[in-house]
Amino acid sequence: MTDRANSFEIRRREVAQRLLDDNPDALVIAGLGATVWDLTAAGDRHSTFPLWGAMGGAAAMGLGLALAQPEKRVIVVTGDGEQLMGLGALATVAVQRPANLAIVVFDNESYGETGMQATHTAAGVDLAGVARAAGFPTIVSANTNAELDDALQTVSSGKGPVFAWLKVRAEASPFALPPKDGAWLKDRFRRHLLGPAAVGEG
Amino acid sequence: MSDWPDQIFEALQGADVRQIAYVPDAGHKRLIERARADSTIHAVSLTTEAEGPAVLAGAWLGGQRGALLMQSSGVGNCPNMLATTQTCRFPLLMLVTMRGEFGEFNPWQLSMGQAAGPMLEMMGTRTFRLDDAADAGPMTAAAAAMAFEGQMAVAVLIAQRLIGTKNFGK
Repeated sequence: MTDRANSFEIRRREVAQRLLDDNPDALVIAGLGATVWDLTAAGDRHSTFPLWGAMGGAAAMGLGLALAQPEKRVIVVTGDGEQLMGLGALATVAVQRPANLAIVVFDNESYGETGMQATHTAAGVDLAGVARAAGFPTIVSANTNAELDDALQTVSSGKGPVFAWLKVRAEASPFALPPKDGAWLKDRFRRHLLGPAAVGEG
Repeated sequence: MSDWPDQIFEALQGADVRQIAYVPDAGHKRLIERARADSTIHAVSLTTEAEGPAVLAGAWLGGQRGALLMQSSGVGNCPNMLATTQTCRFPLLMLVTMRGEFGEFNPWQLSMGQAAGPMLEMMGTRTFRLDDAADAGPMTAAAAAMAFEGQMAVAVLIAQRLIGTKNFGK
């Protein structure tokens, strides 16, 4: 963890709450780690699929979901470490250009679950620049709360694929754990979105 | 019977596969062309095979079926994502063109070619081996039914001898 990240004013739990409140009909993929706890603290919704594994896979999973559900807003919320493991997926997403997909990175410049070791963003790796170079048409960044409103508005309604890079304070929040049974979470999500027949009921 | 890629494609259509994710292989050239030419199918080119199980898990969450095309070396990029496939019981249909087998000219393919099948099985994947072109359609259909009804990972390993060395452009 860097001292710099310790002083970022954007608070991740508040952003997670606003994302869910602003987008009640969105489908959400939560990337491994603290972003899962953030979204669970904001409400364990059936329309959120929380990842307890698959590090580096959140953006790619959001892509498959966005292609399958073009009428729904799909929001991937993940951390800087998780996204750094899947940088190639940003190119894959940009090439597919799903207009309904937004990827939101909570960047605390740290691997939060393993002891707050610095990620590459602490050394200056510019995730928005990576997204821009990959070809994302809409990119927003926020380093301060004053910049957050515009960024979150774009996440909700900007023409996708949207990449939103939010510098959030490096802080440990209380754990808020979603259910752990992946097969059950998958069926919960599908039942919510597709109806009981999609999980063999009715 | 040289139209086995078309037989596979028609079996995928018959299984209502709507997303085909791939990292190219010479043996999948025809199948990728068919997928890209079909407006009812999302053909998703990947930077690494590891994106494949994640993309297709997302597809399943959204109510669409998919298939992942890769060569045997790409299997080595996938195990951690296959762990999620297995943990969540996501369906995953994979079509793997084998390298490091009959007529291989690149010795650097031998190791991953030998490991691909056991590695998939270690990650909970049921594997079928396609040696005879006449089986391409029925085997793909059976693998798709097992993957989507059984909600599990299933791979069809397509023998290098079937693909033919002439496809490698050497």
